[in-house]
Amino acid sequence: MATVFIPTPLRQFVDGQDAVQADGATVDEVLASLVERHTALKNQLFDDQDRLRRFVNIYVNDEDIRYLQRGDTVVQDTDEVSVVPAIAGGAD
Amino acid sequence: MAEEVCYSNGDHLTPEEVQRYSRHLILSEVGVTGQEKLKQSSVLCVGAGGLGSPLCLYLAAVGVGRLGIVDFDDVDITNLQRQILHSTADVGRPKLESAKETLEALNPNVNIVSHGVRLTSQNALEIFRDYDVIADGTDNFATRYLVNDACILSGKPNAYGSIFRFEGQASVFGVPEGPCYRCLYPEPPPPGLIPSCAEGGVLGVLPGLIGTVQATEVIKLLLRQGNPLVGRLMLVDALEMRFREVRLRRDPSCPICGDSPSIHELIDYDQFCGVGPVVEEPKEIEEITVQELKKEKDEGRDILVLDVRNPYELDICRLEGSYLIPLGELMERVAELNPDQDIVVHCKSGGRSAEAIRRLKTRGFVKLRNLTGGILAWSDQIDPSMPKY
Repeated sequence: MATVFIPTPLRQFVDGQDAVQADGATVDEVLASLVERHTALKNQLFDDQDRLRRFVNIYVNDEDIRYLQRGDTVVQDTDEVSVVPAIAGGAD
Repeated sequence: MAEEVCYSNGDHLTPEEVQRYSRHLILSEVGVTGQEKLKQSSVLCVGAGGLGSPLCLYLAAVGVGRLGIVDFDDVDITNLQRQILHSTADVGRPKLESAKETLEALNPNVNIVSHGVRLTSQNALEIFRDYDVIADGTDNFATRYLVNDACILSGKPNAYGSIFRFEGQASVFGVPEGPCYRCLYPEPPPPGLIPSCAEGGVLGVLPGLIGTVQATEVIKLLLRQGNPLVGRLMLVDALEMRFREVRLRRDPSCPICGDSPSIHELIDYDQFCGVGPVVEEPKEIEEITVQELKKEKDEGRDILVLDVRNPYELDICRLEGSYLIPLGELMERVAELNPDQDIVVHCKSGGRSAEAIRRLKTRGFVKLRNLTGGILAWSDQIDPSMPKY
């Protein structure tokens, strides 16, 4: 099972955990098992057509999956998957 | 006994400056040459708030010659928990005035230039023209994309930082061959999905962490020293105190910095982020004012007041008789609501409640009204004893 890092803004949807373990041989499978277990996270990561939202980036270790094989990127048990959504605060 | 101190605007260091910057002058990476370079440099801070505070303070302290600040807000008491440029006595004053005073007291050698305007597609390129480096300390997606595009179009590096709750991000965009903000995030989130810091909160010291990283990168860019945060996105988790880094690449298909860009001038960023004056929006979501809600409640009409804020916000204030379902749990708990009942949805100021209405409509709810201005409006116009936050 790969480790998925959950950023602080999304931790409320995974019972406050900073990292969760998720099954799957590819990024798509890992994310699917993640939102299956934590259903409230689904709307944050995926749009109505079940596509990964474009302001949510996924990294396997330190590489952006857009530069690997996107959802088909292979995930090993030792890999770290990071969910990195856009945030914009700063002056407010 | 008072010796007259000479503050100079020339390119070389005065005796006062030599003393002031002595800890820099003995660093081989800075030295007199580097310090004079800082003195001859100019930096624009967009925003004099959370990130802008440490940015401006450190850039002034280290002797950047000309420091421009773009801001049009006044100091509010809720700013003081993190915006250390401003003090209690400054509440109600323009942030630019307060910032200039603080920074000139810190270092009179620095020329503080005030731009008391909202950064727009019309003025951004002109304002940016006079600066070497831009530091983005704004607070919304529309301005983030505007700053990015204006930096790319004018060929200026952008020391980027953003924060939310306990999370921070920093990088450097707009360097030749390096990626830009659009390479990182091609599109902004739909409006309402991600709350602002005003709605979602932010740890007071977090802008200190990230703004200081931005200031460090600005100084390195000006000195041409070290390895800038180009092609790397730094992620800060203040809860776990974990700093991580992921790789960032220039996207060859990026519409502004890619191989065949399609954006050649600044666009309408409110429209791009879906926050502009949207024509169908008023028809889509029916609004109710706090006065109307009070009247209907007083008349004893059967209305459910649905509060979509988070539970800890209820500890600050709540409307009597309201029913709580936090926005994040709404779709899971939709069965708790009766589609035949009149529902007035509210949050702090009206943004999350509008999003809640959009989501409920997809489940067939129609008798929905959004409380204009949220519970803040109730405090302002109906019950001033209700605390604001």
